[in-house]
Amino acid sequence: MATRAESLSLAPPRKRWGEVVIKAALAACALVSVATTVGIVVALFLPAFEFFQEVSFRDYITGTEWAPLFLQQSFGVIPLIVGTISVTLWASLIAIPLGLGAAIFLSEYARPRVRATLKPALELLAGIPTVVYGYFALTWVTPHLKDTGLDVGVFNALSAGLVMGVMIIPTVASLSEDAMSAVPRDLRYGAYALGSSKLQVSTRIVVPAAVSGIVAAFVLGISRAIGETMIVLLAAGQQPNLSFDPREAVETMSAFIAATGAGDVPTGSVEYKTIFAVGATLFVMTLLVNAIAIRLVRKYREVYE
Amino acid sequence: MSVASADVPIQGGRRRGVWRGRIFVGLLLLSMAVGFIALGTLFFDVLSRGLAYVDPVLLTNPPSSDPDIAGARPAILATLYLGILLILFTVPIGVGTAIYLEEYADRNRWYNRLLELNIQNLAAVPSIVYGILGLAFLVRGLGLGRVLLAGALILTLLVLPTVIIAAREAIRAVPGSIREGAYALGATQWQVISRQVLPNAIPGIATGSILALARAIGETAPLILIGALTFISFNPTVMGPFTALPVQIYNWTKLPDPKFKALAAAAIIVLLIMVLLLNAAAIWLRNRYQKRW
Repeated sequence: MATRAESLSLAPPRKRWGEVVIKAALAACALVSVATTVGIVVALFLPAFEFFQEVSFRDYITGTEWAPLFLQQSFGVIPLIVGTISVTLWASLIAIPLGLGAAIFLSEYARPRVRATLKPALELLAGIPTVVYGYFALTWVTPHLKDTGLDVGVFNALSAGLVMGVMIIPTVASLSEDAMSAVPRDLRYGAYALGSSKLQVSTRIVVPAAVSGIVAAFVLGISRAIGETMIVLLAAGQQPNLSFDPREAVETMSAFIAATGAGDVPTGSVEYKTIFAVGATLFVMTLLVNAIAIRLVRKYREVYE
Repeated sequence: MSVASADVPIQGGRRRGVWRGRIFVGLLLLSMAVGFIALGTLFFDVLSRGLAYVDPVLLTNPPSSDPDIAGARPAILATLYLGILLILFTVPIGVGTAIYLEEYADRNRWYNRLLELNIQNLAAVPSIVYGILGLAFLVRGLGLGRVLLAGALILTLLVLPTVIIAAREAIRAVPGSIREGAYALGATQWQVISRQVLPNAIPGIATGSILALARAIGETAPLILIGALTFISFNPTVMGPFTALPVQIYNWTKLPDPKFKALAAAAIIVLLIMVLLLNAAAIWLRNRYQKRW
């Protein structure tokens, strides 16, 4: 007995180098994401920095005329920002109420089996390639808007915004539904016990209790709208326009980047660097919006056991 | 007490409540329906315009300035190549990262928390920004040029966060008791992961990867930026110039000739079939192999 106990050791076994190598390889995989972020920041901000040595930052951020490819160059980014906000606004007007409505239906009214079918079906909307939505906005929505008597141009902010709104319904609906499903049953039962109707439970108990997640879903949808490219490139036009009129063509930041990047601007020229300056602006805007989302979630989060 | 309760007009109040409730349900159903109606209209519009053009010419001919003989063979092939390369790159890196984060990373270390936050943020970066990354580093910086490999790499980086998040969920769903059982039998950490955790997580990982693939083959903006917008009449190679199916759709949609719009619709049908098949495969996998522990 005594001899056997001596040979039994609880000390760690010899180091297995194979295990160490595997862990290192896996950590290296994880580093790819870090490298991507660093790459994005460097790729955007280094050329953007060079751009601002040629164009004053003040002129860029306060200027109201965007004409980098004209003979008389002008680098005021406000029209692109206005175009982006205009389209995003229309998209939000569609996606936020409809997404929230769909979420309440899925979470509070649909039976489990109905939800199990409808939720993936709704998510299909988010799986349709954006170029297809762009095609639809340009060749179906715009002509039909015209038929209804709206005096819209061939390219207009409205049709791009409406279609984009449909595209982000599932983003809003899915995340809001997750937040509502996480609200404990007890809260609902409590309200029912006090004589509430289903409508009252949904709108006065579940939605307020899930508000942080719902707002986060809204903001995430908005951030997708800000960065979306193909729909606006095809349907909203490529014409910088300082106007919130939904019937007119606008150019968004993303559409400008795609159109200019696809063109033949020579590397190193100031026109080429505008891609990165606008890209950096877009990147900062989406980051800000996401940061707001995280803030809101933290502020209004209710913690349930 | 009983007198007071009799005074409350329960009946009228309830009726009004019922109607309010019905109107509310109606509005909810309507908001569900709008999405589906839009989707139905889109499908119907694309089919009615493009179906006549879905023929061998579309699948086997190269693009042309004459819409009657124009096809999308190089674009379709390039999209297939992009998909294959994407899976080859994304799955090992994505699953590797997920294993690291779930099985090895100590969450009390700042760098591991930063890594998680970083992946969440990357998932929210607009795809066009990835295009800029590709333009600056792959095409110009590394001097790779406007080639298919650059496109595959940029799509890989684009969908990597999605794959990582899906793989992490799949790995997390494998119960700890299975790991502990394996450890108790003397397995090393890698033996536990490779023989117990991964085999059980494969359905979840496959579902996530297929959905990522479905998203990637429809991506257009980053490919336009790295120069897939060229007229290619020959079959693509990994290290050669290319155009992908969604880019071809964009090109045709832009042209004023209605025949090209119809061709775009036909190409959309082909792309949608690919995307919907992949989505269906993912849903089937999820339902078929989903385990409840």
